Amino acid sequence: MMDRKKTLAVIARHVTEADIVLPVYSTAFDWLDVRPSPLNYLSHGAMGLASSHALGLALGRPDKRVIVLDGDGSLLMNIGTLVSTAEAAPKNLYHFVCENGTYEANGGHPIPGRGAVSFAGMARSAGHKNVHEFSDLKMLEQQIGAILAEPGPVFVCLKIVSSGEQERDYSRLHGPHVRKAFRDALGAG
Amino acid sequence: MSGNASAAMPRVVGDLSGEGIIREIKASGIQFVISVPDITTSEGLLRPLAKASDPRLIRICKEDEGVAICAGLAYTGKRGLLLIQQTGLLDSINAIRGNAVEYSLPICMMVGLLQKEKGIPPRQSKSYGVRIVEPILDAMGIVYHNLEEDSDVPKIRPAIDKAFTDSKPVVLLIGQTPS
Repeated sequence: MMDRKKTLAVIARHVTEADIVLPVYSTAFDWLDVRPSPLNYLSHGAMGLASSHALGLALGRPDKRVIVLDGDGSLLMNIGTLVSTAEAAPKNLYHFVCENGTYEANGGHPIPGRGAVSFAGMARSAGHKNVHEFSDLKMLEQQIGAILAEPGPVFVCLKIVSSGEQERDYSRLHGPHVRKAFRDALGAG
Repeated sequence: MSGNASAAMPRVVGDLSGEGIIREIKASGIQFVISVPDITTSEGLLRPLAKASDPRLIRICKEDEGVAICAGLAYTGKRGLLLIQQTGLLDSINAIRGNAVEYSLPICMMVGLLQKEKGIPPRQSKSYGVRIVEPILDAMGIVYHNLEEDSDVPKIRPAIDKAFTDSKPVVLLIGQTPS
C-alpha cells in the first residue's frame, strides 16, 4: 500500500501547468497541498460524478490532458462511467482511482466489496485497453511518466492508505471563487 | 395539482416533427448530444441523431453522468444537450440540483414524457410520473418549455441561447412522439 500524499507527489511531478486535474474528496484536500493550481477542477458535486465531468472536459478540450484522481467509493457510485468513457474513447483522459476500501469522507465505513472488487478488472471489462494497478510507490515512480504519455483513455488503480488527519474546508472545493478561477484559467489557455 | 389527475379533455394538436427539432438543435450550436434512450424520442430524434456525425452522439449508462458531461463541456465553451426520459430526469435530481442549479451551469435537457397523453398538459396527465415533472422543476427554479407540436419548435433555439447567456439550466419537455 502507498501513502496517498506521497503517491500524489509522484504523479504531480509529471503533471504540467497546462493539465486539468479533477481530484475527489479526501484526495482533493491532499492534492491541493501537493499541487495548487487554478486548473484543478474541484466543483463536481458528489455521487461519483467527477469522472463524467472529466469526460465532458476531455471532449471539449482535446488539446489538454484531463486527469481524474477519483476515490473508490465515488467510482462505485458512478461505475457506468467506465463503460461510457471507454465508448467515447477520448485520447486525453487519464482516470486514476485511489483505492483505500473506505468511504473516508463519510466516516471511514468500508465500501461494499472491499478487498474483493478489482477496479482494474472492471475497467478492462468495460473496454479500457490501457489499464494499470500499483501498490508499490517505486514501481509507480518508474512508470508514471510513460503512463501519462499513453493515448487515453487510461485507467490506473492506486492501492493507497490515508496520510492522516485532514482539515476539510469544503469551501476550498465548492466555493464560487474556485469555479471562477478555473473558468478564467481554462479560458486563458 | 397534488393528487389524482382530473379528467382533462385533450386539446387538438398537430404533429411534432423530429426533423424540425433536430434542425433547431443544430441551429442552437449544440455540438454534443448526450443520451440514454427514451421511447418517446427513440425513433424521431435519437435514431436520426445516431446516424449523423454532427452533433456527436455520446451514449451514456445513466442520466446523471450526462448532467456532469454537459457541465464539463460548458466550461470548455462547447454546447451539449442531454436527451433523456423523465424517469432519468427524476433519477438525476441531485446532480441537477448541485451542478446545474447551485453551480449555475447551462445544462440543457430535452426530456421525453413517457406516457403523457397527446394534447393533455403534463400537469393533467393520468400518469403520476408525468404530473410531477413541472412542479418539481418549479420547486427547483428551473426554466422549462413544453414542445407539444410543430408550432412549439421555434422555442428551442432561444431557450438554449438564453441558458448559455445566463448560465442557467433549461428543460425542454417533449409532449408527444416526434415523427
